[in-house]
Amino acid sequence: MRITRALSASLLMLGLAASPAVADSSPSPSASADGDAPTQAGTSFRTATEIEQGRTATANGSAGDYLYWSFPADAGQRPTVKATVKLPETHAAETWQIDVYDGLRRRQACQYGAQTRTAAAGTSSVELACTLRTVRAWSEPWANDPLPGTYYVRLTVVDLTTADLGLPVDTEVRVDSKDIGGSAAVDGSLAEPLVPGVAVKSEADDESSETTSAVLSAIEPEDGWSSGWWSDRWVWTALGGVLAALAGVGGYTLTRGAGRPTRVP
Amino acid sequence: MITRQRLATGMCALLVAMTAGIAFPAAAVAGEPTGETAPQVDLVLDVSGSMRTADIDGGTRMAAAKQAFNEVLDATPEEVQLGIRTLGANYPGDDQKTGCKDTAQLYPVSTLDRTEAKTAVATLSPTGWTPIGPALLKAADDFADSDGSKRIVLISDGEDTCAPLDPCEVAREIAAKGIGLTIDTLGLVPNSKMRQQLSCIAEATGGTYTSVEHTDELADKVNQLVDRAADPVVTPVATEGAEACAKAPTLKSGLYTDREEFGKQRWYRVDVDPGQELRASVSVAADRSVNPDYGVLLRAVTVHGREIVRGETAGNGRTDAVSTGLRYPKAESDEDEAPAETVCLQVTNSYSAASGVKTTPGLPLELTVDVVDGPSSAGDVASFGLGRGWWLLGALILTGFLAGLIWGWLSRWRLAIWRTN
Repeated sequence: MRITRALSASLLMLGLAASPAVADSSPSPSASADGDAPTQAGTSFRTATEIEQGRTATANGSAGDYLYWSFPADAGQRPTVKATVKLPETHAAETWQIDVYDGLRRRQACQYGAQTRTAAAGTSSVELACTLRTVRAWSEPWANDPLPGTYYVRLTVVDLTTADLGLPVDTEVRVDSKDIGGSAAVDGSLAEPLVPGVAVKSEADDESSETTSAVLSAIEPEDGWSSGWWSDRWVWTALGGVLAALAGVGGYTLTRGAGRPTRVP
Repeated sequence: MITRQRLATGMCALLVAMTAGIAFPAAAVAGEPTGETAPQVDLVLDVSGSMRTADIDGGTRMAAAKQAFNEVLDATPEEVQLGIRTLGANYPGDDQKTGCKDTAQLYPVSTLDRTEAKTAVATLSPTGWTPIGPALLKAADDFADSDGSKRIVLISDGEDTCAPLDPCEVAREIAAKGIGLTIDTLGLVPNSKMRQQLSCIAEATGGTYTSVEHTDELADKVNQLVDRAADPVVTPVATEGAEACAKAPTLKSGLYTDREEFGKQRWYRVDVDPGQELRASVSVAADRSVNPDYGVLLRAVTVHGREIVRGETAGNGRTDAVSTGLRYPKAESDEDEAPAETVCLQVTNSYSAASGVKTTPGLPLELTVDVVDGPSSAGDVASFGLGRGWWLLGALILTGFLAGLIWGWLSRWRLAIWRTN
């Protein structure tokens, strides 16, 4: 896998070096190259701001806005989305909620975390969290298991008084993942990650005559999508084979007593 | 030697040519957006008599708006085409009919000449009525026909005074007419009725509503909205789904919009080759007040009516949209020239309009279709059927040990037989 990654990374570098202009026209102007986290949020699936895992993105909004971010999640990861909303000084009780959707815009369940929380009147902030299920490399089309690809976070107020509508709020969103590893390694893999618009993007790449300046989602994990064949199950299985062979030799020697019988011709 | 040098020079030249070949079209692509795709923003400013009220940071609302406009005009990105429209700027009289026609284009939506625009803004003084609805209608016509994003930013300090034309319905009509038009609203020192009206306008078009009580907030927010307009986004393609699969339009990979009325179905067709996977997702937006229980169902059906797979979702409470998706990998075919399968996509929603809300035009529907290579199907639940964990190790060790024992006994037994013979 390392070779594949190194290869794809070098290819990517080559691509970037050859066409800096194309890189400049990437649709995430807020995610600048110097590693600054985005400071604004989108207002729909189409305009969701792309964020990376492990970075805190901030955005100013108004109470009542629907704020959207998107992040990549790869197989074997269990992402946790955390959001903090800083409320204005005076306000009545209001209820905030985060929802996470996958690349097919299917709502994803939270295993745990306070997805919806009510801020009592006058509290300065409200914190929300949502831990998704572990992302699997493959699942049947009839299941809605989390699959590798783009994930959308929607942050909004679901209950507020009219007097509080439109008041400025500051929001912070952060996504961290726990690597679950081989215990979540399933068989099969997707040919393409669940990134919306991936078909349109690859068509544009094929033609290579004209690159569209905007794509639905150009998201990719820092080190690329995993190829999906590696898991620590290989180590366990190989180790098991070795141990079984050793145990076999051990069992065999038990039946032979200590060493070679002396009187055998 | 000479030959070799020539070869080297030739190679260099070739390399340079290739690099240039790669780099130049890229540079052309990333240049300034052409007139066809440039984002357009129309700032609609309320210049009604109430803007004289001095309650924003000690100054009048008008002064705050002017200061904010100056800052915004300075900060507007080059590629954005910006225009300014006023409402209630010219007619000071009492006649509602005339007052409600009072909206004028102060600066056309075009490449910005900052000085000219600022001079125009400086001439404004608070005058007349608040014809929000008519102003929005006119503002929608200010935009040039283009694929770029279009955004109206409405700044007002009072609710519409031109009943019975409901600005909220006007906004919905405008959104239904054009694609990619968003209306953001800003309320200066708002009261509760105004909040409701302005947020209703915003929600009708997928925009945002903000209450403003300080000058700097106003400038910051308008700047943010102008920047948002400058962000490149995918422009959806308008399509019209049919009542039944047979008449449905055939879609390719891409992003589409449509309108779906309450309780109606929309059908689309997608061709999927063997070995490809269809991915479709749909969002149906609530652009008016709807009852708080709703859902969306997306079904993939064969032409003969057999359901292949469905995506469904339901929810309750405040929402902007409700969405779901599905994927359908079509198995590889053994035949060489296997025909593509036509998959019918059916979208239904279970929104219901709140009482007194118009049901036309339909709710905005956004559909993404991706046809990609199919995934390899899984032969086992575990990755390559491999094992993992202490139980596996224990089982393998035990099996190995038993195998060793049996092998050992067998060979001892064979040895004993060989000896007796």
